[in-house]
Amino acid sequence: MTAVTADATGRLPDSPPETPYSTSEQRIIRRPQLVAPAGSLAALRMALQHGADAVYLGLRDATNARNFGGLNFSEDDIRKGVAEAHARGAEVLFAINTFAQMGQVERWHHAVDAAAGLGADAVIMADAGLIAYAARRHPSLRIHLSVQGSATHLDAIALMRQQFGIRRVVLPRVLSVPQIAKLARQTDMELEVFGFGSLCVMAEGRCLLSSYATGDSPNNKGVCSPAHAVRWDEHDGTMDARLSGILIDRYAPGEPAGYPTLCKGRFTVEGERGYVLEEPTSLNAVSLLPALIDMGIAAIKIEGRQRSPRYVADVVGVLRAAIDDACRDPKRFSPRQEWQATLGRHAEGDQVTQGAYDRPWR
Amino acid sequence: MPTSLVFPPERDDFRIALGPLLYYWPHRSVLSFYAAVADLPVDRVYLGETVCTRRHELRFAQWIEIAQMLRETGKQVILSTPVLVESESDIAVMRRVCAQDDFLVEANDLGAVRCMERRPFVGGPHLNVYHADTLAWLGQLGAVGCTVPVEMDGRSMLSLSAARPAGMTLEAMVWGRMPLAFSARCFTARHHRLRKDACEFRCLEYPDGLVANTGEGQAFFTLNGIQTQSATCLDLCGEVSNMAVGGIDYVRVSPHATGTFEAIAHLDAIRRGDSMAGPSPAMPAGAQPSNGYWTGAPGIQWIAQEHAEA
Repeated sequence: MTAVTADATGRLPDSPPETPYSTSEQRIIRRPQLVAPAGSLAALRMALQHGADAVYLGLRDATNARNFGGLNFSEDDIRKGVAEAHARGAEVLFAINTFAQMGQVERWHHAVDAAAGLGADAVIMADAGLIAYAARRHPSLRIHLSVQGSATHLDAIALMRQQFGIRRVVLPRVLSVPQIAKLARQTDMELEVFGFGSLCVMAEGRCLLSSYATGDSPNNKGVCSPAHAVRWDEHDGTMDARLSGILIDRYAPGEPAGYPTLCKGRFTVEGERGYVLEEPTSLNAVSLLPALIDMGIAAIKIEGRQRSPRYVADVVGVLRAAIDDACRDPKRFSPRQEWQATLGRHAEGDQVTQGAYDRPWR
Repeated sequence: MPTSLVFPPERDDFRIALGPLLYYWPHRSVLSFYAAVADLPVDRVYLGETVCTRRHELRFAQWIEIAQMLRETGKQVILSTPVLVESESDIAVMRRVCAQDDFLVEANDLGAVRCMERRPFVGGPHLNVYHADTLAWLGQLGAVGCTVPVEMDGRSMLSLSAARPAGMTLEAMVWGRMPLAFSARCFTARHHRLRKDACEFRCLEYPDGLVANTGEGQAFFTLNGIQTQSATCLDLCGEVSNMAVGGIDYVRVSPHATGTFEAIAHLDAIRRGDSMAGPSPAMPAGAQPSNGYWTGAPGIQWIAQEHAEA
């Protein structure tokens, strides 16, 4: 177990929350749905056991943005997962959140048809042309706009609602808490935000760094910094982490080595070596829960379909307790030490940050 | 209605577009650059700030002045909206560009598509148009043209072209550092340990961006404020004839402090038959060429032409 370290602001993640929004007593508290990642049936079961209100999952192919080897679902498994979730009163959200590629559009159409046929409660989608297909072909299918759809403000949300009857928008992780609060005041669209997990520093759905280095990107293949392109070279105790041969990071002897996610590597700019784009950290928005609940946020999402069932169990358990606590008494809510320790253990690089939500770098 | 709608090419060749200036240049540099552009063989010029609306060397009215000047020289002028719209200022700039009726608009996010309200516009390269259904959808909303994503391979590009709705023009970027990612965070400010809101406008110091090298000295990314670009310079000048035959109407050159005019002259020589389609003779200072995306390879790679058939 590694100690939780201070984030970029120097503040410890379990310090008192500094939310810019006080919670008003008059408002009716709407409990946000807790949306958990499921990369396998085992993870799905863990999520349900530990209190998820919904799980999201995808097929074993490029139609979803976690197209990693050994991960994801066959249609048979989805049928089972849907039955188990529904038996516990939970929902299954079906991610088809990549962009259909020329000449292979049928594969994405098939995924949409499968979601409808297998009884998913909603699809999470990003590609407008594909959403048009889903809305036309399955008019009763509930559609959520994926974070990959990059709707960052009211006009974008309004377009997707008007065009396709989108029911929920997953907000990009580029927005700050005040920006989310403003959006929540401006629209009655259901808004879903990330509560915990790996952090994209780039606007999702608009990042081609991975295909630039490897040929495969989240948009075209559902992957970022894919495992097939990774190579580790050790020499004299030094570990080189490469993507397609490109040196993403070099770890000194004894230094813990991380996965070479290309935006989280160390590069040199004007003679200075460092994390030029982003440190390997995870998002932890637990202290912001009262503010998010006060805004009427519809759902809190946990990132990590590529993570283990243990991760899902632990993180869902913490978020369940935290959301319940925050709804019970938002004014006196304070993240518990043991939650933050658990989340810290599952954080990338053992570090957590509130990311764009509180913008220490602004 | 915009007075300058899109004209399809009359012959089986391509037109040259100059993309929006992605860097932050001093006011005088911008003016002298576009004064020179007036005399260049480009058919279409995109204007406006698409990366960071904190940049203020040119006010909106000054962009319009440049737009009018270029239109008088017979060029089609298109005003581009910001790509990542999140701050109040981003929203205001986007809405202002969309509200004017004098020039065609390049919509670079879904909100701008909404604001065009079915008036004619062109879709920008970040709208993620990967297949014909998305293109058709944009067409229903008023798009008269679209630029394909920079990561799209040649085969997909040409099959998209074959499947496009009637009357819609297609554009592909062929030269310049490739815009790869956008963030709420400013990497140029981060490099200088400055906050984004107190960035001292350091982007002004890097007319072609700020290169990030790997630990082995390989130029990898280019930092340009909130935008991350390739360190390599896309060079698909060797493919423009194939593109034209495949129905790509416009090839886009992205402005750089060095190499831009030479790349445009090279493309013009190719379309006039004075020169064979081949790599550009000029690169932005210090940049290596790359064309990997065309064949579905990593975008950073350079694939020699005999192997580069899509």
